[in-house]
Amino acid sequence: MADATFLDSTELVLNMGPQHPSTHGVLRVILKLDGEKVLGADCVIGYLHRGVEKIGENRTYQMFAPYVDRMDYVASVSNGLGYCLAVEKLLNVEAPPRAQAVRVILTELNRIASHLLWLGTHALDIGAMTPVFYCLREREYALNIFEKYCGARLTTHAFRIGGLQYETYDGFEEDCRAFCDMFLPRVDEYEELLTGNRIWIDRLRNVGILNIEDCKAFGVTGPVLRAAGAKWDLRKAQPYSGYEQYDFEIPIGENGDTYDRYLVRMEEMRQACRIIRQAVDKLPSGPIMGKVPKVMKPPVGEAYVSIEAPKGELGYFIVSDGSTQPYRLRVRPPSFVNLQALDRMCRGGLVADVVAIIGTLDIVLGEIDR
Amino acid sequence: MADETKPPEGQPPQPPSPPPKPAAKPAAKPAAPKPPAVMVTTPWEDDLTRAVKERFGDGIVESVSYVGQKFWVVTPETAIPLLEYLKREADFDYLVDITAVHYPKREKAFDLVYIVYSFARNERVRIKTQIRDGDEPPTAVPVHLTANWLEREVYDMFGIRFAGHPDLRRILMPDEWEGFPLRKEYGIVQQDNRWVRENLEIESAQ
Repeated sequence: MADATFLDSTELVLNMGPQHPSTHGVLRVILKLDGEKVLGADCVIGYLHRGVEKIGENRTYQMFAPYVDRMDYVASVSNGLGYCLAVEKLLNVEAPPRAQAVRVILTELNRIASHLLWLGTHALDIGAMTPVFYCLREREYALNIFEKYCGARLTTHAFRIGGLQYETYDGFEEDCRAFCDMFLPRVDEYEELLTGNRIWIDRLRNVGILNIEDCKAFGVTGPVLRAAGAKWDLRKAQPYSGYEQYDFEIPIGENGDTYDRYLVRMEEMRQACRIIRQAVDKLPSGPIMGKVPKVMKPPVGEAYVSIEAPKGELGYFIVSDGSTQPYRLRVRPPSFVNLQALDRMCRGGLVADVVAIIGTLDIVLGEIDR
Repeated sequence: MADETKPPEGQPPQPPSPPPKPAAKPAAKPAAPKPPAVMVTTPWEDDLTRAVKERFGDGIVESVSYVGQKFWVVTPETAIPLLEYLKREADFDYLVDITAVHYPKREKAFDLVYIVYSFARNERVRIKTQIRDGDEPPTAVPVHLTANWLEREVYDMFGIRFAGHPDLRRILMPDEWEGFPLRKEYGIVQQDNRWVRENLEIESAQ
């Protein structure tokens, strides 16, 4: 960090948040500035800390499941999937094929919903007012499918350990197909608004570059890693819940800047549609619940299971002591780990870029603070 | 709601199982054909673990797998050199997570768990080491930058201080908070009363 600043005075410390609208919740960033240039960014987090891991140690396995929805609340279905898979691993059971396929459909719908909220708010932060209305309009369709399926829209608790509680409703397949048909042209519409837009490009290109080495050093995963050029997606690398049956591409970027991350997420939404279509087309029939005991007592042991959540690698490390409650339940949240790279991405940029970079990291504070 | 005899509202919450069995707490385990009380692991043998054993000798206490997930149990001095070795020699360049598990009855009260992943091999392994309460294990930050926040969280939640950590502050709890919430002796509704009174100006946050 430079000793003497441009203005030849001491560096300016600016407090951004926790109530700043562009910090997407209660993130506080202490910026060290030289005029308009950022010399360093220190994140203060924990405002939303609810002790989820401690709660997990004091609840039975089934009772804890709704809590995981409250971490990344815009992608609660993904949270639930990761947790169910982790407990299923400990119990050594597997969800039946139909349950797995429905899980994939709902998780991919949730990925689209999560990316839509990201796109809308990210564009809003940068000054593009229009996309957020369109994004929320389409997100509504996805949430309606959740609502029709399980009654809840946001914190869905859609899955159960061992499978699903509810059979799909009549017309579920048609709804999913109709969503995909409606949605794909809409992605092109968003792209028309933004991709070639001069202001959008000027604000995003070469902003917040994180190259592939930095990504690995900081443990950054998800679209941020892929935008830096790494073709790595847990759905392909270590498939779970039957993802190996579906045909889809992993979009990657080149420069690892904010613009590439935008393009990667846009393409991911299209790929999610592709997966939904395939899963709906070959939705198997059969039971939706595996053989799980009423009182769940996984044998003494431990397991780490992770999935590709919309934000990156979401992992659950559960230690069982053979009782009905986890002995230790650790959540490895993607946002927490990704946020650590904020300082590296902001350095040398302008204050206005900080807003763009927080947006492009796609953080959810509920997940960071747990 | 009131059509069934509910178990008393209270601590060990039971799932709604058909026969109202007495709360099965692990403390009083009847000696029936119960699952074993230790983790049943299988030995892990491959080129990687052979190379690691050759390099670290007695530093590797155990190399086993459980439900298909491989891990080493190592001595505390070995953990960081092993992480470095894995990163340099075996492409384990992504530190997924660092966490701890508290076993208050054990002499070495904490398990420290490192999870690493290799993009090139598409393989995930864990490194576990046991430390005493009050021990200061060396930091992993020089090997993996991401260890910075992960170790801060372990310190925040368990009170394990990492020697040589560049910035060991609390991360999720307030800086002045007393107590480490994820230790087993810390109650689920426990709070730092003094902090709550001084900072929130209320008697209790419950």
